[in-house]
Amino acid sequence: MARRYDTRTTIFSPEGRLYQVEYAMEAIGHAGTCLGILASDGIVLAAERRNTNKLLDEVFFSEKIYQLNADMVCSVAGITSDANVLTNELRLISQRYLLQYGESIPCEQLVSWLCDVKQAYTQYGGKRPFGVSLLYAGWDHQYGFQLYQSDPSGNYGGWKATCIGNNSAAAVSMLKQEYKEGETKIDDALALAIRVMSKTMDATKLTPDKLELATLTRHDNKTYIKVLPVAQVKALIADHEKKEAAEAAKSKPSPAYTPKGVEYPTYTESPGSKPAVYPSAAYSEAPASESEYPYNNIPEKNGVSKGISFNSDFPKFDDFVQHVENIKFDQFKI
Amino acid sequence: MECVLGISCNDFVILASDMTNAHSILVNKQDEDKMFKLSDRLLMAVTGESGDTTQFAEYIEKNIQLYKMRNGYELSPPAAANFTRRNLADSLRSRSPYMVNFLLAGYSERTGPELYWMDYLASMIKTPFATHGYGGMFSIAIMDRYYRPDLTEEEAYDILKKCVAEIQKRLIINLPNFQVKVLDKNGIRALNVIKSQNLTA
Repeated sequence: MARRYDTRTTIFSPEGRLYQVEYAMEAIGHAGTCLGILASDGIVLAAERRNTNKLLDEVFFSEKIYQLNADMVCSVAGITSDANVLTNELRLISQRYLLQYGESIPCEQLVSWLCDVKQAYTQYGGKRPFGVSLLYAGWDHQYGFQLYQSDPSGNYGGWKATCIGNNSAAAVSMLKQEYKEGETKIDDALALAIRVMSKTMDATKLTPDKLELATLTRHDNKTYIKVLPVAQVKALIADHEKKEAAEAAKSKPSPAYTPKGVEYPTYTESPGSKPAVYPSAAYSEAPASESEYPYNNIPEKNGVSKGISFNSDFPKFDDFVQHVENIKFDQFKI
Repeated sequence: MECVLGISCNDFVILASDMTNAHSILVNKQDEDKMFKLSDRLLMAVTGESGDTTQFAEYIEKNIQLYKMRNGYELSPPAAANFTRRNLADSLRSRSPYMVNFLLAGYSERTGPELYWMDYLASMIKTPFATHGYGGMFSIAIMDRYYRPDLTEEEAYDILKKCVAEIQKRLIINLPNFQVKVLDKNGIRALNVIKSQNLTA
């Protein structure tokens, strides 16, 4: 009876855990990375776009970043259909407040209201939690620029810079090192966002079609929310690459120390150099260490076994698509 | 029958209301308080059906206090005014609407002093000076003549005295006492009651 305590959201396991909620959080660990950085004159949101395909019709200009009201914007990580329900709810809450008070809802109140909804789905019977984490960027009269994060359990918190989704722990520790409190302007925040995203995203090379960027700023008593156009994202990435190249050149040993006659090879990364692997090889890619996922380490007690882990045996979506494309349809002919 | 007056200047709002409680042809008392302190920097002067005035004002007051408790900060005066208007508008479309007319005075660092006029039909305007009741018909002309945004508190009080004198001279209804309260950055203060016997015209 491995699944006695993880079939319903509302039941605690003997260890006092809510497995469905933990699984939901796990699902987000596989979703596209989103990060937010608070600057003194605004906020930056960055999101990784996973669904890139040249056949995809560009119905949505922005896939992961949603404007919520005049003063707030959010980015989502997790199950997109769940996220649509939540962003819709967020917009309704905002408008309800605007109707009642004639002013935009203060940021924390909106986050708090939505988290009440999320929490309810971890408690009331027969419902599964929302598999969505959100980053909210906003401005209000009370506290100025603010950045919040919420998860499927209904917990939320305010941050100066944070990250959700795939590889978020690495991104957060990078942000912790590189974020300069009080001296970050919006342009610095954009550069930092690109730098962190380029290191944490799966893709070998950062491209504008895989990255969504948005800024929230204030001019003349008005909030401006802008999802950056492709050209601007391209320029920012180019800037970043130029800086990286300069860094790399600097860190090469100086000629004074170079013994005569010895030439150091220069390393160049060609984008197509990644060896092609058959999907099944990719499936077996080692997952992050087991200790990162708490439910993998649940001690066996009274015959209750570990929770399942779909981390190691769950194929990545891209690999799956590749696999399907490789199938020759002739072979199914009868 | 009843009458409330209000003037909003650069750094304060001043409200005056009559103190008569009357039913039909009978005067019950002449020291009724028709002003409700909604919060430290929100003041409401209410006229209308006598039960409704208290009920409505207290309902709004309690909700504004609840908001403060929940969020740790107060509603801004424009938000409070909008909230009040929304409640009155919803009530108007219910089976038992509130019959209240009032002036709402507010002060905040961000917006400065503000005066909102609202009637039982839930129409609202933000104005520099406003009145309710028959007495207002004379008073509004006097305010229009003497109003300046840079009035001092004493000058504004004098304008209110002029209004009350006119009300006592021209109106057939007996409204002998007017209480006066001023709202500024330091909060709400009561000024001397304007009494007809002191106004020797």
